[in-house]
Amino acid sequence: MFDLPQRAVEGALAAGARYADARYVEGRGESIDVLNGRVQSVDRNESAGVGVRALVGSSWGFFATPDTSDDALRHAGARAAEIARASAVAPGDPLSLAEIPVVEAEYETPHQEPPLEVSLSEKVDLLVAVTETMQAVDQIRLASASLGAWDTRKWFVSSQGHRISQHLVETGGGFDATAVGEAETQRRSYPQSFGQYETGGYEVIRRWDFAANAGRIAEEAAALLEAPECPEGEKTLILEGSQLALQIHESVGHAIELDRILGWEAAFAGTSHLELERLGKHKYGSELMNITADATLPGALGSFGFDDEGTPSQRVPIVDQGIWVGVLSGRDSASIAGLPPGGMVRADGFNRLPMVRMTNVGLLPGDSSLEEMVAETEDGVLMSTNRSWSIDDKRLNFQFGCEIGWEIKNGKRGRMIKNPTYTGITPKFWAQLDMLAGEAEWVHWGTPNCGKGQPMQVAHTGHSASPGRFATVRVGVRG
Amino acid sequence: MTDSLDIARRAIEIVGDRAEAEAVATVGRLALTRFANSFIHQNVSEDTVGVWLRVAADGRVAALQGNRYDDASLQRLVDGALEAASLQPRDEEWPGVSAPAKVPDVRHVDPATKDVAPELRASLVRDFIDAGDGLLGAGYCDSAFQEQSFVNTSGQEATGEDTRASIDGIHQTGVSAGSAHQTSMAIGDIDGSAAGRLAADRARRGMDAFDLKPGEYEVVLAPECVASIAIFLSVYGFSGKAVNEGQSFVELGRQQFDPRVEIFDDPLSTGALGVPFDTEGTPKRRLGLVSAGVTSAIAHDRRSAKKAGAESTGHAHPQSAVWGPVATDLVVQGGDESVEDLIAAVDRGLYMATFNYCRILDPKTQVVTGLTRNGTFMIENGKITGAVTNLRFTQSFVTALGPGNVLGFGDDARFADSEFGAGFVRAPSARLASWNFTGGAEG
Repeated sequence: MFDLPQRAVEGALAAGARYADARYVEGRGESIDVLNGRVQSVDRNESAGVGVRALVGSSWGFFATPDTSDDALRHAGARAAEIARASAVAPGDPLSLAEIPVVEAEYETPHQEPPLEVSLSEKVDLLVAVTETMQAVDQIRLASASLGAWDTRKWFVSSQGHRISQHLVETGGGFDATAVGEAETQRRSYPQSFGQYETGGYEVIRRWDFAANAGRIAEEAAALLEAPECPEGEKTLILEGSQLALQIHESVGHAIELDRILGWEAAFAGTSHLELERLGKHKYGSELMNITADATLPGALGSFGFDDEGTPSQRVPIVDQGIWVGVLSGRDSASIAGLPPGGMVRADGFNRLPMVRMTNVGLLPGDSSLEEMVAETEDGVLMSTNRSWSIDDKRLNFQFGCEIGWEIKNGKRGRMIKNPTYTGITPKFWAQLDMLAGEAEWVHWGTPNCGKGQPMQVAHTGHSASPGRFATVRVGVRG
Repeated sequence: MTDSLDIARRAIEIVGDRAEAEAVATVGRLALTRFANSFIHQNVSEDTVGVWLRVAADGRVAALQGNRYDDASLQRLVDGALEAASLQPRDEEWPGVSAPAKVPDVRHVDPATKDVAPELRASLVRDFIDAGDGLLGAGYCDSAFQEQSFVNTSGQEATGEDTRASIDGIHQTGVSAGSAHQTSMAIGDIDGSAAGRLAADRARRGMDAFDLKPGEYEVVLAPECVASIAIFLSVYGFSGKAVNEGQSFVELGRQQFDPRVEIFDDPLSTGALGVPFDTEGTPKRRLGLVSAGVTSAIAHDRRSAKKAGAESTGHAHPQSAVWGPVATDLVVQGGDESVEDLIAAVDRGLYMATFNYCRILDPKTQVVTGLTRNGTFMIENGKITGAVTNLRFTQSFVTALGPGNVLGFGDDARFADSEFGAGFVRAPSARLASWNFTGGAEG
């Protein structure tokens, strides 16, 4: 298959590009949604095509086509070069690409059961049974469950000689129960909101044991209707792992993207509160805060062999004992910043331009436990499972809502509370991190819906986290 | 260019009499020129082809989509859909495919926008940047053409095409930013210089911003903010699926909004975008959602309509079975006051240019949290007197347009960018009596 992207690269070089790379990508996916015991949709998709990137002067051009005929591919390369030349109306500074090893290699996601080969009836039966279990609980009006899987094969070629093939397998799913009251809805989800996704096969679904958790989740959703509101004020806050994972995603993962720091995303996704000259000095949080971007973690959703520029996956320190030490980068952005390329440039399909994306940006575990945190908290709130998330364009000012919370008084978990929310400013918040659970509670949470770029691209990212405690946080913000 | 109607017809022919089926085929070109730090840093284009096929065999339903359209690929698509359907339980809520119905002869197409040269988009970007006169520009200019066809096994056929173009960007001073947006069916309507001047003006006015104490303030909202309110009401409220599930605020016939509020979906009028039918082949039509503040209609696809005992209003999309039908040709009726008049009527309040990162806390109450961005200004004694740092709000969007809270709409209705993207809402500026700010720049 390397001959397909090779023709596109040749077309770009013949049209004057000084560098070109191209990917031929075959993608297959499946999503199944069940609501209240009935299949709402079974959608399968297949796509294939070539995306080619050309560098002319200091300007990039990109063209994508599903047509894999020789002429179309050479034309696609030429179009990419033509588009790059048009960019010279508003050119940037001279651009170089950071050096990476030129390799011929292949990679495959470790997996046991190819998810698209598991019978549809087995998957549907699981989801129907889970929703029926949830429906058995009074006040549950909506019981939904879903599964999703992607099987992606890509062949990457560059004008520098890269020839890399990869086969990536991702699987996940989840379920939720919604209780509808007079003037409110309350929802509980498992394993987390939007489900849990990982690299791997159908064994991911078996491991999370949906059936054993459906009844509890439904009971909690129904109980929330009668629960008191989250108290307002400054409290000690304990976040369960999946919520802390989203906190990492939003207030660390996006902030450390080098394209944002350089201003390339200013108009849409935004910039960052981080300034490059503070790299190695800026205090991001407490000494318990150790964050890495690690695309080599087995099973984590943001793992792969090579990024879409041909850079090998790697583990990059991001925050070391509270000090900011690393960024997410690609070949051009790293070159501008004078940093080594991080191998974090990926595209959402053949028809999208590769850009800086999170890999697995995770918080390394501490030495405490959720049980110990509760026992050592006098007046606090424990919150679990994200319900809403909002953060400003510099990744500073955030407000999160969770599905469920519990009061903590004098070292004991007390009554359930509904509509728990908390708000804060990124470095002040992370400075409050004073307890962190250990490896036994450390999970590679997956985010399958990270949006960025124009045209919009959706990336699959991982965020390892265990529960954490924050000393003083404003909770209970209401409209 | 490939013929989308031919692709859809061939897919349905392959299905034959083995199942009910509907096919949507699209072909087109999307191009987008992106700039930041006043240079073009990303410049992309793609030829697009897509075919979406849904089959219902003995009430067992499945959908497949792909981007290959040769006969062998379409055969695989059909076989795969039929196989997937055969493995499923019966779908008791399957509404069947649509009967033949006449589709309005409406084309929202500008020939010059079908295939825009990259040089033209780049020149519009250059105009935007130059209008900043030294400020740092960032944003995008795009153009898109799509031909879309629908065919089903009951004999319904429809084909249409549409074009659209936008410029959207900011200028930055280093301590502030201002934004501007334009969307039209025609690239010739896009004025990069005008957009750049507006963004630059807002950015310069935004310097020396001060922190304002959060609380309730009277506000004047730019069209982008009103558009975001409207699209949230549409997605989470006027959706037939949300109503059927009890998750919507909607109560038909009730005065849920201020009498000044008129919201309708208007896909056929001059200046609208898109094709005049949905992905179930249902012809589109004007749908009044709020009339004189009274909630008057719900948007349905065939599935939600069947459940509600109603008829489809032409708001299906490929994911509407899961996410619900959505009205995306929204118009919030403008008033007769200029935005200057709206501001002049405010004793003490705020002007907001755009919202950022809005997320719903509860769909039933439509309480949303988000932030202001790219232009937040203090209004005192009818005049803008200074810039304010970005604020967080936690506000019900239903209450925002509720009885007594709407003090006026501007005469400046246009396509406005929204939290869900551009091209969905034509909205004016609005003056509201109260808006709930719950946090400042420092939390």
